Order: sequence, then C-alpha cells, then structure tokens
Amino acid sequence: MSVLTDEEHDDAELDSKSSEDADSTPADPLVELSDVEFGYTAAPVVEDISIRITPGEYVAIVGPNGSGKSTLMKLILGLLRPDEGSATLFGEPSHSFDDGARIGYVAQHASASKEMPITVREVVKMGRFPHVGFGILSAEDHEIVDEALATVGMSDFANRRVTQLSGGQRQRAFIARALAGEADLLVLDEPTVGVDAESVDAFYDLLESLNDEGITILLIEHDLGAVTDHAERIICLNREVYFDGPTDDFVESDALARAFGTAATVMGDI
Amino acid sequence: MHVELFALLQAGPLDAVLAPFYWLLSLWSKAMFGLYDATGLEFLQYQFMHRAILVGLCIGVMAPLIGTFLVHRQLALIGDALAHTAFAGVAVGLFLNGVFSLGVSPYLTAVVVAVIAALLIELISEATDAYNDVSMAIVLSTGFALGTVLISLNAGGLAVGINQYLFGNLSTVSAENAAILLVLFGIIVATIALTRNQLLYVTFDETAAAVSGISVTWYNRVMVMLTALVVVGAMQIMGVILVAAMLVVPVAGAAQVSKSFTQSLLVSVVLAELAVLLGIGLSYYGGATAGGVIVLVAVAIYTVSVIAGKLQERASDDSVPELGSIDSSDA
Repeated sequence: MSVLTDEEHDDAELDSKSSEDADSTPADPLVELSDVEFGYTAAPVVEDISIRITPGEYVAIVGPNGSGKSTLMKLILGLLRPDEGSATLFGEPSHSFDDGARIGYVAQHASASKEMPITVREVVKMGRFPHVGFGILSAEDHEIVDEALATVGMSDFANRRVTQLSGGQRQRAFIARALAGEADLLVLDEPTVGVDAESVDAFYDLLESLNDEGITILLIEHDLGAVTDHAERIICLNREVYFDGPTDDFVESDALARAFGTAATVMGDI
Repeated sequence: MHVELFALLQAGPLDAVLAPFYWLLSLWSKAMFGLYDATGLEFLQYQFMHRAILVGLCIGVMAPLIGTFLVHRQLALIGDALAHTAFAGVAVGLFLNGVFSLGVSPYLTAVVVAVIAALLIELISEATDAYNDVSMAIVLSTGFALGTVLISLNAGGLAVGINQYLFGNLSTVSAENAAILLVLFGIIVATIALTRNQLLYVTFDETAAAVSGISVTWYNRVMVMLTALVVVGAMQIMGVILVAAMLVVPVAGAAQVSKSFTQSLLVSVVLAELAVLLGIGLSYYGGATAGGVIVLVAVAIYTVSVIAGKLQERASDDSVPELGSIDSSDA
C-alpha cells in the first residue's frame, strides 16, 4: 500500500487548474488538511491525509465503500475534529469556522420525514438563514432566492412540494439553496444516488457551469465514470490517499486498482 | 394602592410574577360573560369553563407549533415520554406538599422535572449519536415508575386527586394553573417565533444546518425543552396519557392538505383549535372526559384530512412544468 509523498502531492497540485491560473503566487487554499488522522474507535478510519483545495477547483473524492469518504468530508466541513494533524477552512480551523454561508452542502437526501410539506422556495430560502439569523428575509433576500432558482432552472417548480420532485430536481433545489447562500465552496456527498441517467448528465452540466463561474466544487462520488467525465482533479481514497492529481493521469494510473483492491476500470467518456 | 402593594408582597414571588396574568384572566372572564350574554350558551356562565377554554385555546396554538418540528423529525413519541416524566413531577409536587406542607403547585414541579427529563433524553441521544426508542422508553418508564412510587408512599389521600393529572379535567383548571400556562404559552410562542429559521433548517436537513453554522445540538435542546413545557401546559386538560396526541394528530392532518411548511403550521393550529373547542363543548354536554373527547375529535379531523388530501391529489392531476434551462450567468 502506497500513499503519495509530500513531493508527489505538490507535483499533482502543480498540474491542477488553480495552480496554473495562479502564476507564481499560489492562491490561499479554501480547504487544507495536513497529516490528518481520525478514527471513531482506536483504529483510524483515515490517516496521513494531506489535501489542499484552492479556489475555482473542481475536485472529486472517490473510493470504495467504507474507504472513509464521508468521514473525510465531515473532517473537511468541521463536523469532526482530527485526532492528529490539522484541518482548515478558508484559513480558519474547520471545527471553529463560523461563516457557514460560504459553504453549500448537498447530500443524497434531507433528514426530514418524506411527508414534510415544504416547497422548493422554502428550501432555497434556507440558504439565506445564515445571513438573516433570527430576522426575516428582506426583499433583497427574496430576489437572491429567485435568482438562485432561475440559475438551476427551477423557477417553475418554486411552489412545488419537494416530495413531488424527481431525484435530479431535488438535487437542483439543494444546489439552489447553496447558491442563495452565496457559497464559495459547494460540497456534494454522493448527490446522484437514485437519480436517473438523463438527470445525472444535466446535474453535472450544472456543476460545470457553476465551476466556470468561479464556485469551487468538491464532489464525493461513487460513480467513477461520472467524475472522470467532469472533475478536473481526482483524490482517490481508501483510508489513505492513493492518488491526488489531474483526472487524465488518474485514468491512466493503477491507483484505482490499488485503492479498490481489484482490476477496476473507469467506464467514462474519456 | 398601598394595600394592593402590601398584598402583592405578602403573596410571594410566584404570585407577584403571575399578578399580570391574573389580571388577563379576569379580562378574559369578562369577555366570556359577554359572550354568554350574547349567545346564551350555558357552559359560558361558569368561570372554570372560561379558564378551561383559554387553556384549550393556548394548547391549540403551542402544541401543533412545536409538534410540527417533532413530527417531521420523526420524534412524535418524545411527547409521550415527556408526559410520563411530567407525571413524576406532579407526584414530586404532591409529595412535597403532603410531607412538608410547601404549598407548591404540582404543575411547577412538573415543569422542572419534565425539563430535566427532556435534557436527559437529549444527552442520551447525543451520547449514542441518535434519538432512539430505547432511551425514550427508559425515560418514560422511569418517570411513570417514580410517580407511582411517590404517590403510593404518600397514600394519605393523594391518590384521590391523581386522576385529574392522568386524564385531565376541565373543572380543576385553577386560576393559578391557568396563569402558569399563560406564562408557558408566552415563553413557547416567543421562542419558536425567534428561532423558527434555525428550527426549520435543523428539522429539514440537520447536516446542512450544521455546515451552515447552526448549532444543531443547542437547537435540539431548545426543541425538547419547549416540548416539555408544552406537555406540562397541556396536561391540565388533556391528562398525561393523551397529551402527546395534541403534538401529533393535528400536525399529521395538516401535512395531508398543506402545500408548504408555513401553510402546514397555520393549518395544524386551525385543526387543533377546532378539536379543542369542539371537544370541550362535546365533553361538557356529554359529561365525558375532555381529554378523550378532544383526541377523538382530532382523530376524526385527521381522517377527514387524509381523505381531503387524497381527493386534492387526484384533482390536482396537473401537468408537470418543464424543467427550466440552466442559467449560469446568474450564478
């Protein structure tokens, strides 16, 4: 089992789009994990994790089931604190980072009961809650909500119950919530589970257009074909980082087989 | 003026706090007498019914308000667990009054014990990383067991009055208890109004709420403590055994016919008020226990809501709008 050395990690970063754009001065990272180790019990779920994500990147974290992807996401978002090493968000320790509006989070499903009567607009309005706190939404907040709905093509669905939406439409609504919050970083945890193939393509097109507008995308995904078609940088994880670099290099490398412990191949368009 | 001030000071801190609410009660009673003069409805001539109606109206607002958040987090049974611990609180109050002649309202001790139990449930859920049936069952059983033990230890007449706490009673809503309920009502409604954004976000998507900077742990605690207060407040009329129904049934009915979360809050309050007022009226004329009648009416309304919801679904067989194109220039 091999992990990237610090040198290899830095080389991979040099190849990434953000580093190319940054001329001689590298941009401040949005996410930085240094030698992170974490375990729910004595056995670590992830270890020796060093990741640096800079503004404008489109990064996918892939790995087999139980590889620690979701744990890594929680460490990045500050929902868990590393046992060893450090994790920062926008330059602040992740666990104490308090400008939550800068991060949009999209999960497979919301935690509420499926019968909860809530409209798409009400969900998108939640993106403004970190801005208004205990107050009420202003006319400007409502305008931002309308713009976010238009951006994801869901204006006509604004007053529909979320329960009446297809999987792809629901994920668009969650992205609109992140846009309404004016997030700089969009974190998506396996967002296309249960979404039909046609909607998945439209969903990734949406992510790409948002990335073109400057929003940093961090995608945790099981669908290797989809991420290699769209993401610019892949981090392949199985407790440790097996690969961190441009997507083209990942497809040609043996990291996938090593991380998944099988002769896996990517079934994408590449 | 001096006499009034002296009487206020003599009455103790609780009466001093409740004084404005006694004044509100007297105003309410005057209004009810006015309504009696206008309508001739027999039950409006009794002051205990005035208090019962006011308490019922307050329950009809606060129970579905907090119940909406509980039901959609699939925590419908937490009200039942807290009601049983509130019963232990009543028993503690009765015990203290019986042994030490303290003269404390059992509803106040119920508030204290139920809030402690609420925090206990929350701490267990935090420690085990999930709300679970086992922790609620343990708290529920412990509360009821403690209540029955304390009552049996002090059997010199205490057991006689316990039925009113188990099943609720319109005629035993004292002015003091009604005033306490008005205080609870103010605290509950004000807290929900203030924290509605956070409670909604935590209810709908706990992880996204945490990522956005909302302290999920803190708001979960707020939610269970408010539930404890609602349960104690509603216990006077509903009784321990049926109090949880007011947190759940109107909310479940509203979810069937509402198109949005805001609408479901309003509809659940309307359905709850309908159940309370019809229930109180029917129980008075039928000579039945109010709590039971209110719940039966609420369940009947829920049944109608389910049917109305299905009909609404069938009627709104509208065309699905086209998914709009992605407009990245707005991003």
